[in-house]
Amino acid sequence: MIRRTALHACAALLRRDLRLAIRRRSELANPLLFFAVVITLFPLGVGPDPARLSGIAAGTLWVTALLAVLLSLDSVFRADFDDGTLEQWLISPHPLPLLVLTRVLAHWLTTGLPLVLLAPLLGVFLKLDPHASLTLFWSLLLGTPVLSLVGAIAVALIVGLRRGGMLLALLVLPLYVPVLIFGAGAVDAAASGLQPTGQLLLLGALLVLSVTLAPLAGAAALKIATE
Amino acid sequence: MFKLNRMFHKLLSPESYYRFAGRLVPWLGWSCAILMIAGLIGGLWYSPPDYQQGESVRIIYVHVPAAWLSLFGYMFMAGAALVGLVWHVKVAESLSMAAAPVGASFTFLALVTGSLWGKPMWGTFWVWDARLTSELVLLFLYLGVIALYNAVPDVRKASRAAGILALVGAVNVPIVHYSVEWWYTLHQGPTVTKLDAPSIDIRMLIPLLLMALASTLFFLAVVFTRARADLVRRERDKRWVRELVTADGGRQ
Repeated sequence: MIRRTALHACAALLRRDLRLAIRRRSELANPLLFFAVVITLFPLGVGPDPARLSGIAAGTLWVTALLAVLLSLDSVFRADFDDGTLEQWLISPHPLPLLVLTRVLAHWLTTGLPLVLLAPLLGVFLKLDPHASLTLFWSLLLGTPVLSLVGAIAVALIVGLRRGGMLLALLVLPLYVPVLIFGAGAVDAAASGLQPTGQLLLLGALLVLSVTLAPLAGAAALKIATE
Repeated sequence: MFKLNRMFHKLLSPESYYRFAGRLVPWLGWSCAILMIAGLIGGLWYSPPDYQQGESVRIIYVHVPAAWLSLFGYMFMAGAALVGLVWHVKVAESLSMAAAPVGASFTFLALVTGSLWGKPMWGTFWVWDARLTSELVLLFLYLGVIALYNAVPDVRKASRAAGILALVGAVNVPIVHYSVEWWYTLHQGPTVTKLDAPSIDIRMLIPLLLMALASTLFFLAVVFTRARADLVRRERDKRWVRELVTADGGRQ
């Protein structure tokens, strides 16, 4: 038997996850549809006045992206918990935090990244100017991985529970506050003609912090959930 | 080293904690009562009204200790959770979860007293000010921990899962605080919230410190008592609990 290194295992896991995601295309599209539909609701709710729409655009786009990620979180560990794959993760020789990080990467590639690409288009609906749309793209590119990483901790904590949906929102949303503030703040700053560099750098710092710490916390949570 | 370890372990066993805390709590409780009475008398009668805020300044004798304990309670909860997770100390797990609702109550109290004071002072019950917002997020973090603890059926698993959440929240609390502060400074804020802080009068400072100390003692007394009850419930099948019950039954 060939001894495989941890990186091989991670690559295999990533390939498997992406392949599964591509085979289930409708599930792949669901967060995007949610994002688009909710953004469409806002002009219907607050009226089509362009000035008002561009005033709320940054916050609306960010909050909606955040909710789309939240709704997609349940699938991160659920199937693997149900069929016992998570237990195989635990007894495998590979470091659990690395596997968690790989799973989060797969989750982000299939939900976060499409949202990032779609968001500037939806910015047009909300009368966001091109410079702010570009900032929206960058802020989401830096921010959505943080949402996936932090969300993975919370979803690992409740993976064993039958009805975790509402609970997940309560656990995750307070932790998302800084990302939302900096993300929407960057877009707001760009929309009012200021440099958004500061907020983007802070988002980058949050990303580095969560890449280093969240897999460890997620691994600890998985251990508790499966014991 | 081994001997020391065993001694440590014995000291942290639920049984010895139960006895130790049982002896400690009356001391905490009585000193809390004495300090609180002294602080209230000092705060309500002997301290002067503020030159700008008048008599309504007296709410700080409740508000400031509550706000202090909302943060202290979170640190206590997260610290105990860390000890419980790393060394598998049952007492620490129990203490951590006993602290959560008490800390949440103090956070709620700080928010309520703050908005009651805000109405006559700022003209509104609520401002999206940095401190208020981070206090509100802190309350949500507490409620998340409590909700998770109640949702998991197995009590040890529940307290360890909630402990991880408390630790993640502990990393998050300073980030939330500063992000909210920067967010607030980036926006143009209402200037009424910018209170100039005159160096506090000694007749106000002493009751304030007394109340802060009394509230801390109250927090500890309540948390220790809650953890005692919780440990008895968790260990109800153990011999020491049965002996405890039969000993009390013999006395009656």
